[in-house]
Amino acid sequence: MKLKLKIWRQNKKGAKGKFEIYEVVANEHMSFLEMLDVLNEQLVAEKKDPVAFEHDCREGICGTCGMVIDGRPHGLLQGTTTCQLHMRFFNDGDTIVIEPYRSKAFPIIKDLVVDRSPLDKIIQAGGFISINTGQPQDANAIPIEKDTSSKAMDAAACIGCGACVAACPNGAAMLFTSAKISHLGLLPQGAIETDRRTMRMVTQMDKEGFGSCSNIGACEVECPKEIKMTNIARMNRYYYKSSFFSEY
Amino acid sequence: MELKGNVPQGDLKDKWIEYRSKMNLVAPNNKRNIEIIVVGTGLAGGAAAATLAELGYKVKAFTYHDSPRRAHSIAAQGGINAAKNYFNDGDSVWRLFYDTIKGGDYRSREANVYRLAEVSNNIIDQATAQGVPFAREYGGLLANRSFGGVQVSRTFYARGQTGQQLLLGAYSALSRQIATGQVEMNNRQEMLDLVLIDGKARGIITRDLLTGELKRHAAHAVVLATGGYGNTYFLSTNAMFSNASASWRAAKRGAYFANPCYVQIHPTCIPQSGDYQSKLTLMSESLRNDGRVWVPRHKEDAQAIRDKKKTPQDIAEKDRYYYLEERYPAFGNLVPRDVASRAAKVACDQGLGVNATGKAVYLDFESAIHRYGKSKAHMEGYNNPDEATIIKFGEEVVAEKYGNLFEMYEKITGDDPYKTPMQIYPAIHYTMGGLWVDYNLQSNIPGLFVAGEANFSDHGANRLGASALMQGLADGYFVLPYTIGTFLSNEIRTPKFKTSLPEFDRAEREVKERIEKLLNINGTKSVDSFHKKLGKVMWDNVGVSRTAEGLENAIKEIKEIRKDFYENLYLPGKAGEINPELEKATKVADFLELGELMALDAFNRKESCGGHFREEYQSEEGEAMRDDENFTYVAAWEWNDNGEHIMHKEDLKFEFVELKTRSYK
Repeated sequence: MKLKLKIWRQNKKGAKGKFEIYEVVANEHMSFLEMLDVLNEQLVAEKKDPVAFEHDCREGICGTCGMVIDGRPHGLLQGTTTCQLHMRFFNDGDTIVIEPYRSKAFPIIKDLVVDRSPLDKIIQAGGFISINTGQPQDANAIPIEKDTSSKAMDAAACIGCGACVAACPNGAAMLFTSAKISHLGLLPQGAIETDRRTMRMVTQMDKEGFGSCSNIGACEVECPKEIKMTNIARMNRYYYKSSFFSEY
Repeated sequence: MELKGNVPQGDLKDKWIEYRSKMNLVAPNNKRNIEIIVVGTGLAGGAAAATLAELGYKVKAFTYHDSPRRAHSIAAQGGINAAKNYFNDGDSVWRLFYDTIKGGDYRSREANVYRLAEVSNNIIDQATAQGVPFAREYGGLLANRSFGGVQVSRTFYARGQTGQQLLLGAYSALSRQIATGQVEMNNRQEMLDLVLIDGKARGIITRDLLTGELKRHAAHAVVLATGGYGNTYFLSTNAMFSNASASWRAAKRGAYFANPCYVQIHPTCIPQSGDYQSKLTLMSESLRNDGRVWVPRHKEDAQAIRDKKKTPQDIAEKDRYYYLEERYPAFGNLVPRDVASRAAKVACDQGLGVNATGKAVYLDFESAIHRYGKSKAHMEGYNNPDEATIIKFGEEVVAEKYGNLFEMYEKITGDDPYKTPMQIYPAIHYTMGGLWVDYNLQSNIPGLFVAGEANFSDHGANRLGASALMQGLADGYFVLPYTIGTFLSNEIRTPKFKTSLPEFDRAEREVKERIEKLLNINGTKSVDSFHKKLGKVMWDNVGVSRTAEGLENAIKEIKEIRKDFYENLYLPGKAGEINPELEKATKVADFLELGELMALDAFNRKESCGGHFREEYQSEEGEAMRDDENFTYVAAWEWNDNGEHIMHKEDLKFEFVELKTRSYK
């Protein structure tokens, strides 16, 4: 299949960027990133600068890859990271527009690479259970209802790719933050710290320049791990509860 | 020279407890003044950095990713072993130890493996307390499943994302220490050299992947937790950037590289579909709990399937060759990985492969869907369920167990594994070899500690499923934080090192020269073209099965590729900017040396054991034949750029288990 790629090229942070057009011959078995590998091999052979993009595991779990494909973070396929998107979902002769995540809190570093370190800062503010190595009791000492554990797992599946932020017109990181808060808050081990955790993480989220949620729902639609917006509702509940009834 | 493993005296069961109780410690007031570099933030590195910081040491952690949460530990699917015996099926620390020693084909250190089994239970407690959402039963207690090479259920799991959840646990502990300032986190920094001062490891040189700037970092000790070298083969289940450079740079500074030929080839990966392919994807071993492996019994049927004239459903039950069940009745589809991989290759070499390339076998869930469907229908009150009801219920049960794996398979291949069997083939997955370490996880360079897949210590010649997560976390949480004290307790009077010392000048200059050399070749061929060539030589000759002749050729060919690389490589861009091609080139340059050592080690080991199968050494039935008399040792290689590589032996002494032929029949 012959494709026309319209790719955002930007040399460095703060520089002026623009779209460049490339042509590439792909086949339907390739993954989207393998198609970009082919383009880059081509560019290197022509002694041109290859397109910078981030990727690593190519199994949809490390959360490193992520770009906006035809206007959608990670492309058209529901519940799929860019690395797991395969070319059989495109047609011969298509023009594909590829851009970096665009969000105030994620400055562009080069081409399709953005800085997502603000997400780490949110976790550092409280996305953990405060125990040291070697302290815990036997794992079976805390029974957890199967469905509750399963709900926590649904939230814990977040890969920290930042697609929710890129999808949100407000540039909010509420889905990301609430997924961690829900994962830990639903479990008895983590519930103890919910008030403190929620206040600290939400405060950090605001400090990093992320926007607010206005219930648009684009984050849930684009999330490659299909994390639900009900987590945001849960976070808001925790937040109000802790604002009114706790010392934090 | 014979190497000393520094295993403490005493009964196997008491060694670790006694040693730990009597080892020298560093007092809290001194810990504050001691700095430790930890390279890598996967399970081993993340856990070690967090725990060392909790203990009060000043930790400098490094990753080449944009965040410490992205290390490839995250991709482990199936689970983590522990000897909890929650299921009352006869498990114990001894049994986990014994299974691991036997699974490793008696090529690992008894005391290390016993310690691993001992701390396995602490890991489950630790991870649970961190909020890792392990699978649970309706009663609220933890669930288990089975993995290859064992006859008990001891594998804890979090759906098909156990590695992710355990890594996020370690990452959360690490994040907590970053927030307190106890850990200085350095993202997007790649280690390009190790700095020795007076023979001890005291620092590293890194390259900032955004600016290209070389930076110096000093500490009292250096921990490498930088993973394995599977990407030497180009195609593997490793992440694209998984590499051996940190370990290899240490080897070039004198650290011994142990058992490089021990490589694990995982039997259940999605087969290769074309030359453009960048990596292979694993399908978790847990699938072999319920999936049945088969190929057509007759070549004509296999050919018809390859030609798309027949489908797997056209092959009658009696014409299906369930080769694992037939050859290994005691373990069936759950034989260890090395055995299953070899059997798949044998079947395909006989012309029974089922995809266009002839290199694929089936993993079929039809019987499992029926079995579970009947049972669930019964539970739901259907006395005489029809076929459609059984399949509906069966698919529900299978989806609950393996849903995300089935989805991943369908995304990649476009086939629906509920309706048609998966196609699988072996692929490079894990490396048991690595930097040589003693019982303290210290290499032969004082102050250089190595944890997780990067060291060689616990898996012998073959690793059992769900043991990599166990070892990474055991090293990181429960072993290294103690044993590093044996070195550091003698360093409490050592002041912090300045990075202006001449040793740092020299190391940085050498890194700079190495980078310039690569950029100045200005040839015509891309990095990947060399990596692919190397990968093919490695897979063909140092893969599932090996021969003396093939290995000799491999060494010759690798040297030729290396020569070509330094004459004809083309790199775009400059050193002082983001330059992914340059990053690849420094890694491939190192693979081109390590690959040679792997072949040399495989050539030297004239026996078959675990993942190392030499065609010359097999029984009439095609099973691996060890030579215990001559090869019960660890081969720890000292690399020399002049080609005179020296092998140091550490004899493996078995005091507590008897060496037996490993049989799964």
